[in-house]
This record gives sequence, structure tokens and C-alpha cells, in this order.
Amino acid sequence: MDASASAPLFRMEGVSKRYGGVNALTEADLTVEAGRIHGVLGENGAGKSTLMKIMSGVVQPDEGRMVLDGREVVFANPAAANSAGIVCIFQELSLVPDLSVAENICISNPPRRFGLIDSRAQRRIAEEALARAGGEDIHPLAPVKDLPLSRRQLVEIAKALVRNPRILILDEATSALTAADVRRVFAVLKRLRAEGLALLYISHRMAEIAELADECTVFRNGRNVGTFKAGAKTDTEIVEMMIGREYSHAFPPKPAPRAAGETPALEVRSLSWNNRLKDISLSVRAGEIVGLGGLDGQGQRELLLALFGVLRGTSGEILLDGRKASLASPNDAKRGKVGMALIPEDRKTEGLMLPMSVRDNLSMASLARFSRGGIVDRAAESQAIDEMIALLAIKTDGTAVPVGTLSGGNQQKIVIAKWLMTKPKVILLNDPTRGIDVGTKAEIYQLLRKLADAGAAILFYSTDYDELVGCCDRVLVLYDGAVGRVLAGAEITERALVGSALNIGGGQAEAGTPALAGAGQ
Amino acid sequence: MTDRALSTGGTGDWRYWLGEQRGTLLALAVFVVMFVIYTGNHQAGFSADVITTAANKGVLLALVAMAQTFVVLTAGIDLSIGMIFVLCNCVASYIVVGTAFEATLGVIGVLLTGLACGAINGLIVIYGRLQPIVTTIATGAAFFGLALLIRPFPGGEVQEDLADFLTGQLPGGIPASAVALLVVVLVIWIPFRRSMLGRVVYAVGSSEPAAYMSGLDIRRAKFAAYTLAGLLAAIGGLFLTFVTYTGEASSANANTYTLNSIAAVVLGGVSLFGGRGSAIGAIFGALVFRTIGDLLFVFDFDPLWQPLFLGIVLLVSVCLGSFRLIRLRNRLDLFG
Repeated sequence: MDASASAPLFRMEGVSKRYGGVNALTEADLTVEAGRIHGVLGENGAGKSTLMKIMSGVVQPDEGRMVLDGREVVFANPAAANSAGIVCIFQELSLVPDLSVAENICISNPPRRFGLIDSRAQRRIAEEALARAGGEDIHPLAPVKDLPLSRRQLVEIAKALVRNPRILILDEATSALTAADVRRVFAVLKRLRAEGLALLYISHRMAEIAELADECTVFRNGRNVGTFKAGAKTDTEIVEMMIGREYSHAFPPKPAPRAAGETPALEVRSLSWNNRLKDISLSVRAGEIVGLGGLDGQGQRELLLALFGVLRGTSGEILLDGRKASLASPNDAKRGKVGMALIPEDRKTEGLMLPMSVRDNLSMASLARFSRGGIVDRAAESQAIDEMIALLAIKTDGTAVPVGTLSGGNQQKIVIAKWLMTKPKVILLNDPTRGIDVGTKAEIYQLLRKLADAGAAILFYSTDYDELVGCCDRVLVLYDGAVGRVLAGAEITERALVGSALNIGGGQAEAGTPALAGAGQ
Repeated sequence: MTDRALSTGGTGDWRYWLGEQRGTLLALAVFVVMFVIYTGNHQAGFSADVITTAANKGVLLALVAMAQTFVVLTAGIDLSIGMIFVLCNCVASYIVVGTAFEATLGVIGVLLTGLACGAINGLIVIYGRLQPIVTTIATGAAFFGLALLIRPFPGGEVQEDLADFLTGQLPGGIPASAVALLVVVLVIWIPFRRSMLGRVVYAVGSSEPAAYMSGLDIRRAKFAAYTLAGLLAAIGGLFLTFVTYTGEASSANANTYTLNSIAAVVLGGVSLFGGRGSAIGAIFGALVFRTIGDLLFVFDFDPLWQPLFLGIVLLVSVCLGSFRLIRLRNRLDLFG
């Protein structure tokens, strides 16, 4: 099919979307043409997923318009976008585990005879779709829950194809696939392009974009910062386009690097789990802030959970102050001689009991410290709570008010304070500044440095590269569940972080870094 | 397409079918074995009367277990099911009387009562966003209160021709109640299982987020599940009236049938986590559960021990449902 037609298939003009006070997308433009693969790049929070959600009707834009076939369109829900021919394959799979492959593929509109589902026709459709998606060897009657992740991804593509899309959006569609499966999917995508489909391909694997895409668009801070022909720019130039956010954070000065040789407070040797964490080794000394970088979902969260005793079936060793620790629950991690604390990712579900009071929340993790024979010493508890409120400058109208009534920044301070009350020696933080105001962020940076200076060992995951640059003594960049690269001291720059997060090496990749072109494992 | 894709119609199919029907087939096998032991040791032996009596008792729980299945498939639970059953029994003892025509209208009235009760449950669960367990405990209390109000003392009557026909024997000694149950399966369950609606009910129970992301109508599916549960409980209530010839607002019956329906569902291979199992499995689960009681009787088990023994069977069968949790590798998923 000739793709050089004049009017583009789909155009997005000046689309903006705000969540609360945050601009997720600002006056974004994008043009998608039939018979082309359009690659979309951008770092964490650059607006890629918001863009897709708008195109596929999951969220509605605040401003701007979308034009399909020269006519303006508005999608109230995913079904509306689907019927207009825009189908999205989301990163979080949308397959129903207990239904069979064929049932999943035909789920939104199964073939029917006399009002009942025609399972023969359904099976035929599923087989055809699987063949088109490169999954001929998947049995259409197999329950989806028995399939490995890589097969599920192919089923997901087949499911999208039966909706006869004109525009197919793929979000990190290959992140769960083996190298061989990636080849198959690519062949399928190229065939679909030849059939005249428009494909929007979102990936953080530069090599994939280079191989597949006809055009590329880079997003930064919710804006389209440039669209260019694939191959027109080098990897370095693309990274250059992705960075350059404006920041205005105040970071405390970093101390001189500490002497090596000291026993680390936390040491991890060859930690692996469930194919999500692969042979991770690291050490954090007392007084050190070590950052975890990389794109979202490369195993950072799992690593912190594994250290805190949440995951079952981990292999490898965890040493605290040089002694081997076996942690089977957060309670073990908290109680040990070297107490650990994990500041969780989602304060509303894992950090706080929102309807309970400030006081109850603050002493939740450290009640054992104030208890004598099972009775809580209220005076000691109150004193410790007052100290914490003063230390973190928490703004609250007394300690009896429900935590849910405080501002986001103050809630986050309570989560941190709650764990500081256990007097931890090792502090794990999972993206602690997400969604809080700049002022509170700066206070948290100061606090972290103060805690480190007082002897705590801190492991700090952040999706904000600027924080890693400003706060950390060393940064481990994770890629695909393994430590891709270690940056220390002056090496920690945003460019190095983005480059190693995308796994394009920058010439200094360490031995063991996955090969760039492998696009797989 | 390759040859491989075309060849999938052959050998492997029965394994997937077996995998899906495993729970149902297991319950069927256990039932057959137990029932053979039961009739083999019964004084009257394998006679039409023994079987008809067993069928009449078994069909009551089977219908209520079918009702429970609809809700459990959505990953919910209906603790009001026994109360709807008893309420419909009380209603039937007033209106399923008189001429054949009047009795037919009465039957329709009873079925509508059950549908209404189920619809109320569904609406509260969907629009009130309450947990099914809380909702149905509360509505169940109300349904039972209503039953007590209309039938303070056991009594009433039922159209005897209809009752005798449905609880008697067809030519050849086949129990009519078993045939009636088969008709219910063919008219309600099979079409449900093969409809779009049924598909969505399974999808919602298996993974509600995935169902939502697939653009399915979750609310309609849940509403249908609760309403159909009410309908099946009403059919059960009708049958109770045909068996007993009276209406009685029995709180013991209501509670026992609610609990036993859960045991039956689990014994029949329906997952309490939703999305897996079949009402046919639940029917055999119900028959297994009933036959346990009959076996205890035949072997002269001390009747005082029966409730304890059945309670333990209930406990064990519910525990079977949690085996899945042993394999979880992220402890946070335990609370999901």
C-alpha cells in the first residue's frame, strides 16, 4: 500500500492534560500516518503513557483536539476509540487469566449464533489472529494463566488484531519477551505496516526503535520536543533531547567519599528472584546514600521489597553489618540488630492508615519500643512523637487528627517519621518524593543527608534523575532486573543516568551489561 | 497460516477440556462412589423409592448451590441465598394454590420474588460499592424478616397435583425432581455459560481490571449474576414447598442452606476467588454433601455427631480453596 498519501491518518493538536497540579502533557502535537511505524521516546514521566491513554480513550484531554481521517474525534471511553480503529496494547496486560486463549482474543465481540457464543467460529478467529501475531504454536484452548509471559504478549497482540485496528499502539510491548520472540514480533509488526496499519511504538530500547521506526518523536516534560526521520539523529543526540529538564531543587552538599574497607551496613550478594531480579550485588556503608536509577519497572521496587523480607523464594545473600541475615517478613527486617526501614512507594495504601490519627500512625511501627509487658508507655510514646514532629517540621493540628486530613507533603513526612521512630540503621526509600511539593522535597533531601551523617545507610530509589544527581554518593542503574552500571561521584550526571537507563552504554558499560543490539536478555 | 495452526483441532483438545472440567468430574466421581455405597447399604437397596427420596432432598441443595455459583463466579459471595430460598417458600405457600392456571401464576410470582431479591443484592453491591459479604448479610436479614412477617407460624398449602408430580416418579421410576433439575440446567445454565453475559461474568471474577481494560460491561455482569442467583434460589424455594407442602420461616433452614451452598460450590470445584468452575460441578458438590449425611444415617452414626462431622467437611472444603496462596512469591499479594 502506498503510504505517501497527502493527509495524515491521525493528528493530535495542542493536547494538554493535568493531574491535580501536575502537567502530564502540555500542548502536545503528534502526527501518525498509515503504513508507518512511529517510535515514541522519553524518560520517566515525560508524558508518553498519558499520550497513549488519551489516544485510546482511557483518559480525556483537558485541551486540544484529535483528528482522524480529517474529522475531529472525541473518545469518551476505550470502546469508542476501538470502534474508530485505535487499539492499544497496554503494558499491564489486559488478559483474563482463567479464560482460554481463544476466549480472551474474542472477548469484546465473540462470534455468536442464535445469541450464544459460537465456539468453533471463535476458535477459527483466534487461530487466524494468532497466526497473524506470530503465535501459531499457542493452543487456542489453553488457559491464559498457564502461558509464560512472552506467549501472553503474543495473545495480547492477537487480541488487538481481531478488532481490526487502523492504528495500533504498543507500549513497551517487548519488555517481557525473549530475544527470539522479539524477532517474531518485529516480523509481525513489519508485516502489519506493509498491510497499511499505522503503528505507534513506545519503547525505551533504542535499538528496537532504530530497527523498526520510520519516524521518531521525543517527549520531555509532557511536550513534544521533536519529530525526526529514524536514523537522522545519533543515540547521543536523542539522549540530549530527552534530558534538559529545568530543576530548582536545593540539595545539601555531599561529603567527601568515605574510605573503602569499612564493613558495609548492608551488603547484597547475587540476589535473584523469580526472573525479575538477576544476580544483584551491592553494598551500602554507614553514612552513605546510594541511589537506584533506571527506567521505571526495571526491578527497583522488587529489590527493595526483597531486602525488606516481602518476597518469597529469593536466592543470594543479604548481610547486615557483615552478618548474614535471613529476613522472612518486614517484622524480621525491622526487629533485627541492624534495624531496617522501608519507606514505601504508595503512602496511601502501604504507608499510612489514613483514617487513624497522626499519633497512632507515627508509633505504628515502633510500638514495641514503648511497650513494657505488652502495655504501651504513653508518656514515652508522646515524647518520641513530639520529637519527630519537631525534627521533620510536620505541620499538623495536634496529634489526634486523622492523617488523611494532612497535605500530601506532610503525609509523606509522617511516613518517614514513622520509620525513623524505629531508629533504623538501614533505610530503604522507594521514590519518596513522588507527588509532593518542592519545598517538602528540599526538606527531605536535607533530612536524608542528616540521617546519613548520623550513621544511617540509605538506599534510595527515585524516578527523578535530578534527585539521584543531587543526593547520592553512588548510583546503581538497574536494567532488566540487573545492575547495568554503577556511577560514583562526579560520574553521576543526568546524561550518564539517562544513557545507562536506556542501556546505550556511553562507552563505559561495565562487563556483564546486556548487549545493546540483543534487544532481549 | 502454517500447518501447525491448522492442526490444533486434533490431539491436544481433550486435555484442555479435562483441565477445565476437572473439578466437576471429580465431584461427579466422588458422588457416584458414595451413592453406590449408600444404596448398597440401604435396607431397601437400589429401589426407585430410595432414589426418588434422595433426589428430592438433593435437588433442594443443588438448586441453592447453583444459585450460589453465579455469585461466586464473580468473586463475590451471597450469604442471603438461604433467606431468599426460605422467603420464596413462604410466598409459595400462599400463592401456588388453586387451579392449574392460578398455580402457574403463583409460580411466576415466586420466581419474580426471587429475581427481585437478587436484583436488590446486585444493585447494592454495584451502586453502593459495598462488599458482597456485608451487603448480603444485611439483605438476608431483611429477607428473613419479611418471611417471618408473612408466615409467623408454619402453615399454608400448595397445589398438590403439581407438588406430587414434581416430587414423584416418572414412568420407569425416574425421579421427576432430577428431570426438573436437568431442565433448569438446560434452560438457564447452558445458555448462560455460552452467552456473552456468562463470558463477562467469568472474566470479572477472574480479573476485574483486565475485564475493565477489555471494555466489558462489568456492572451488567454482576447485576445478572446476583439476579440469576435470586431466580435459582426461588426455584429452590418452590421445590421446598413441593416437598414439605407448607411454608415455614425457618431460620435454621435459611442458615444451613446458605452455608451448605458454599460447601457444595467448593466441593464442586468452583473457585471462591472467582472465574473458575461450573454450576454443574456445584450440583454434584451438593449431591456429595447430601450423601455424606445419608451415609452417616445408613451406618448408624450417632445423630449427635452429625452436625460436627458435616461442619468439619464444610471447613475442610473451604480450606481447599486457599491452596493457591501457598505458591505466592510476593507476600504483598496475600492481601490483594
